[in-house]
Amino acid sequence: MKELITLRVNGEPRTVAADPHHTLLEVLREELGLTGTKHGCELGECGACTVLVGGAPVLSCLTLPALIGGAEVTTVEGLATGEKLHPLQVAFAEEGAAQCGYCTPGMLMTAKALLDSTPRPTREQIAQAISGNLCRCTGYTAIYEAIEKAASRNGVAGAEPVRRAGGANSITGAKLP
Amino acid sequence: MSEFSVIGRRLPKVNSWAHLTGEARYADDLFPPRMLYGRLLRSTRPHARIKRIDVSRALAHPGVVAIVTGADMPEKMGIMPSTQDETALAVDKVRYVGEPVAGVAAVDEDTAFEALELIDVEYEDLEPVFTIEEALEREDVKIHQTSKRANVFKEVHLSFGDLDGGFAAADHVRDDWFFFEGNTHAPIESHSAVASYGPDDKLTLWTATQVPHYLHRELEKVLGLPRSRIRVIATPNGGAFGGKSDPFGHEFAAALLSMRTRRPVKITLDREEVFYAHRGRHPVKMRIRTGVKKDGEITAVHYQSWLDGGAYASYGIATTYYTGALLTVTYRIPAYKFDGVRVYTNKPPCGPKRGHGTTQPRYGFECQLDKIAEDLRLDPLDYRKRILQPANSRTVNELRITSMGLGDCLDALQRATRYSERRGQLGRGKGVGLAGSAYISGAGLPIYWNEMPHSGAEIRIDRGGGVTVMCGTSEIGQGSDNMLASVAAEALGILPSDVHVVSGDTSLAPVDLGSYSSRVTFMAGNAVKDAAMKLRALLFAAASEKLEVPKKRLLAAYRRIYDRDDPEKFVLFADAAVLAESKHGTLVAAGSYQPPKGIGGTFKGAGVGPTPAYSYQAAVAEVSVDLETGTLTVDKVTTAHDCGRALNPANVEGQIEGSAYMGYGEIIAEEQVFRGGLHKKPSLLEYKLPTSLDTPVLEAIVVESVDAEGPFGAKEAGEGPLNPVIPAIANAVYDAIGVRFDETPITPEKILDALGKRDRRGQPKSRIGPDGLNGGKSDPKNALRRLTASTAARERKRMS
Amino acid sequence: MLRLPRFRVLSPRSYEEAAQLLREHGAGELDRSRGTPTLRIMLVAGGTDLFPNMKRRQFAPELLVSLARVRDAAGIQQNGQLDISAGTTLTAIANDPLVRERYTALAEAAGVVSTPQLRNMGTIGGNVCLDTRCNWYDQSLFWRTAEGFCMKTNPDVVCRVATSSPRCLAVASADTVPALLALDATIHVEDADGGRDVPLKDFYQEDGIRATTMRPDEVLTDITLPDASGWRSTYLKLRDRGSFDFPIAALAAAVRHDGGHVSDARIAITALGSRPMLVEAAATPLIGTRLPDEVIAIAADAVHKAARPMDNTSGTISQRKRAAYVFAERALRSLRAA
Repeated sequence: MKELITLRVNGEPRTVAADPHHTLLEVLREELGLTGTKHGCELGECGACTVLVGGAPVLSCLTLPALIGGAEVTTVEGLATGEKLHPLQVAFAEEGAAQCGYCTPGMLMTAKALLDSTPRPTREQIAQAISGNLCRCTGYTAIYEAIEKAASRNGVAGAEPVRRAGGANSITGAKLP
Repeated sequence: MSEFSVIGRRLPKVNSWAHLTGEARYADDLFPPRMLYGRLLRSTRPHARIKRIDVSRALAHPGVVAIVTGADMPEKMGIMPSTQDETALAVDKVRYVGEPVAGVAAVDEDTAFEALELIDVEYEDLEPVFTIEEALEREDVKIHQTSKRANVFKEVHLSFGDLDGGFAAADHVRDDWFFFEGNTHAPIESHSAVASYGPDDKLTLWTATQVPHYLHRELEKVLGLPRSRIRVIATPNGGAFGGKSDPFGHEFAAALLSMRTRRPVKITLDREEVFYAHRGRHPVKMRIRTGVKKDGEITAVHYQSWLDGGAYASYGIATTYYTGALLTVTYRIPAYKFDGVRVYTNKPPCGPKRGHGTTQPRYGFECQLDKIAEDLRLDPLDYRKRILQPANSRTVNELRITSMGLGDCLDALQRATRYSERRGQLGRGKGVGLAGSAYISGAGLPIYWNEMPHSGAEIRIDRGGGVTVMCGTSEIGQGSDNMLASVAAEALGILPSDVHVVSGDTSLAPVDLGSYSSRVTFMAGNAVKDAAMKLRALLFAAASEKLEVPKKRLLAAYRRIYDRDDPEKFVLFADAAVLAESKHGTLVAAGSYQPPKGIGGTFKGAGVGPTPAYSYQAAVAEVSVDLETGTLTVDKVTTAHDCGRALNPANVEGQIEGSAYMGYGEIIAEEQVFRGGLHKKPSLLEYKLPTSLDTPVLEAIVVESVDAEGPFGAKEAGEGPLNPVIPAIANAVYDAIGVRFDETPITPEKILDALGKRDRRGQPKSRIGPDGLNGGKSDPKNALRRLTASTAARERKRMS
Repeated sequence: MLRLPRFRVLSPRSYEEAAQLLREHGAGELDRSRGTPTLRIMLVAGGTDLFPNMKRRQFAPELLVSLARVRDAAGIQQNGQLDISAGTTLTAIANDPLVRERYTALAEAAGVVSTPQLRNMGTIGGNVCLDTRCNWYDQSLFWRTAEGFCMKTNPDVVCRVATSSPRCLAVASADTVPALLALDATIHVEDADGGRDVPLKDFYQEDGIRATTMRPDEVLTDITLPDASGWRSTYLKLRDRGSFDFPIAALAAAVRHDGGHVSDARIAITALGSRPMLVEAAATPLIGTRLPDEVIAIAADAVHKAARPMDNTSGTISQRKRAAYVFAERALRSLRAA
């Protein structure tokens, strides 16, 4: 029988009816329509379903929503602030760090938690932090570069989160062929 | 200054933003109203007759809405029309553990899962066949009745040039056996399909597929529904690598369940099921004999391969040919013989994985070249450079070579890694290795015989200057949507972000054959360029009139059409669109691409191998071996790749790095292995995808040979760069510890085994690998003799 | 998707209440039949071990008693000895400055369990109670149905690893346990009637099914480590990859130095048998020495002898035994007095 659960997701209180044996992953995707959170194995063996609970990356495929209490859940849908993208999203686009894009939501959440606690991570720290997120496309190289780029913009004066479709696509100053 | 405004720039992919915000809708993200959840019942037997299937208990389970079985869809299907041996769900017989047998649709997935246990299947076990050797020998057990000899699926024999003369002229002949273990794609997204059959008797199937067009054809055949009533939409694939390029049982089952229930039905495979769906790298045993002169010049190559195909054909006929077809395009080979055999075994079907069929022989051949270089005391890099197949030439097996950048790749690697100086100089436990390779930019022939284009594209310009590109390509993460937008934008003088891309939809976009064989950039790129150039002509005609500047002086970039001699004299693209539509009517153009004729031979079997352009690549690997624990660490892989021209260098580098990563995984750990027909490790915990902490430093070097026929000079970049990484690592391990690994993967236990066993001179066992069929245990010559006898008999028959 | 079997969750606020619930709902022995042992009620802490097992239908309890809401279930306190509450996450242990400095092996072991995400969820109590593992057992219901099950999920079937074995050969696989053994841990368990302390070395038994002496109606609440003044320790783990993987051979060594000489030592291994164990024959020869190579070799030999891996994990028997030897050498060399 379904039970009512109240969660805080991406800053909003949400009350949903869900089967008690359904995981946070299933409730996010099927009851709340937040399909940005993906699944690759559902056994804690890939990291695709990573979301933040109380700011820490956890596996939503092994989390029961009824047990997280009032802790804030952050998913990829909650990464941008209004129309402003998170620096990680911009850097991932610029560096080509999302190929098929499927491990990307989980990777972004892990990277956000890393930058929140370690604003200027070394490459070794990044490698450790994302060691629970499998990516089958990139070989991780572009992901390192994107996280480093986002970190370099993090907290730097004047480097507000960048709006999408700006940057490299701008025609300002472009030289005509 | 670049001659281009879009091409060659590191612009973000146009489809990135959806991926980065969670807005991208993969197949499993679709939840149409009234949707039912489906699951497949799979065979628990490797080889058995189905005596009875009783679904009555399952149908009576509350919440179960419909069940389908093989009897509901008995029509044979399969990706290659000439070898269709599969059914959507097993009919009468199962041939591997994990083969789909029935499909259930229920109100929720929990119920569907419970219903599977309530389906009663009575099997009568048949003797299974698991190895290449058994399959070659067991006449008494037939996995498929169609096999003429034992369980042989396909046997290929091709010979070019004077082989005997070549070997006779050789100063040195090497004869080596190799084994390449099977492995699988393991995209992070598992397969998923949502079918919706509407009240208008039309079926829509959203599915993670690389081949929406081929699937469209198979759905018609199996469901008995005219193709005009079926729409296939390839959703963004969460990785594919060849693993989503067959028609699959769950796609048909979802479709039929939707037809029966008139409700949308979704079937998403779980991770374990993906290992059973497989279609991955074939395990291949190989024997390579190569004759060389004292200076290393190759005089003859005799290449033989035995492929373990698993239970069904998949692309197997092409795979078999590919193991032999592309060895000739890298280095000069004046005489060449290829014998290939693919057998059926009671395991999940093998198929195309990144590098399709060429990865295994390239591994063997590049390892053998390393041995030849050592035998002749030649520097392996310098040696390869001296024997390169020239640009604009024909190979001995009649393949047309155009642009050829392997020499440039080798030079770039030497500059980046100082390979030649470092080889043999790093001390015990450290090593450096090299290998070269090539791949196709799309197959020269389609999978079914026809004279239509391989790729079609349509472009529409709206009155506000918006541009929509429609093309049947499937976006699998390789960046095809961005490629389409970039090529159109360059040709029209706008920016990729101005372009709307509609891809992978059989109703909205012209046919493209699919995202396989690295064909999309070359073929769809040319098709979309063709369409864009037609519209460009209309826009330039209108702009020329308005600006009073001759058309030949006009250029287009950054949303302007301008006078080359006076760039301040321009018309905005949006204004030019209005002028052109006023003058020519609605601005729509179609373009298409078909590879040129005559790029390959005309002999039987000449269809596999030709391509409009070969990509070339080489890699240097640097490794460390822990001599006490056997742990192999690959410290760095540097790959140089000739992609013709990098349409978007960031994306090309991404493909090179991703290929290196995947190749690294294949040689160091990944293996699709079985115990009595049952997959030993169908999970992401035990099937070892490398993590961030394992993956070597990856460096990508882009080499541009600017192909004359490629779109803006481009060739493929998605598959070829995988190939050299595997032999480069094997060669580096040899440099580190003096042990040749003539089989994959190179695991710590094999390293310890080699280091522990000493030869007569007290050196570590110098080679790990097979000595023939049956692992060299029984006389390999028996199987060979039988093979030769049957070949000879057939040839005699043909001659008489 | 791969779904959990249906169950209901109970969320007690105290260990007493948890133990009471276990008793009330008849926590008892397993009934292993049809591949999914029917146990009416089970405990769950972080869920990182139990939930994958449940998704594979290795267990399908009707009721779960979650320890997530138990008050004061997490925390590390020092008062001469170190008291770690069972609900403390592996991340918290790996990052704790005191544990890192004084109980290094434990911090190292906790820090290499699976992945960062899993360490944020998994608890030390859960790791101590980790189910034994085997590549015939840690498979889906479908897989095990195709294979014909094994002793651990069906009493009518032999052990598939060694068909003549009278007992289940599943492997002890918890990273933190050898570290805790080397650091001389005692654990505290409670049932509805009260609690008892158990030296960790007496907690495990050589049986892949009944791997611990804990009863199904007991709850692990605390882990206590004695004062570690003068001790240095380290943990080494063999696995295929840098993350995700369980150990396939692992060793923890702890050495107390006194005036340049070793005054006490403990060496523990896991993933080399069904039971994690102290190897006393490896520790004894170290006493009174400055850990010269020849003494280390004696200890490594003893570890090698104690290691009894079976062919039921990744890797091979000889590779894992070899690693046990090499790790003993490497660990002890790294623990020599500066």
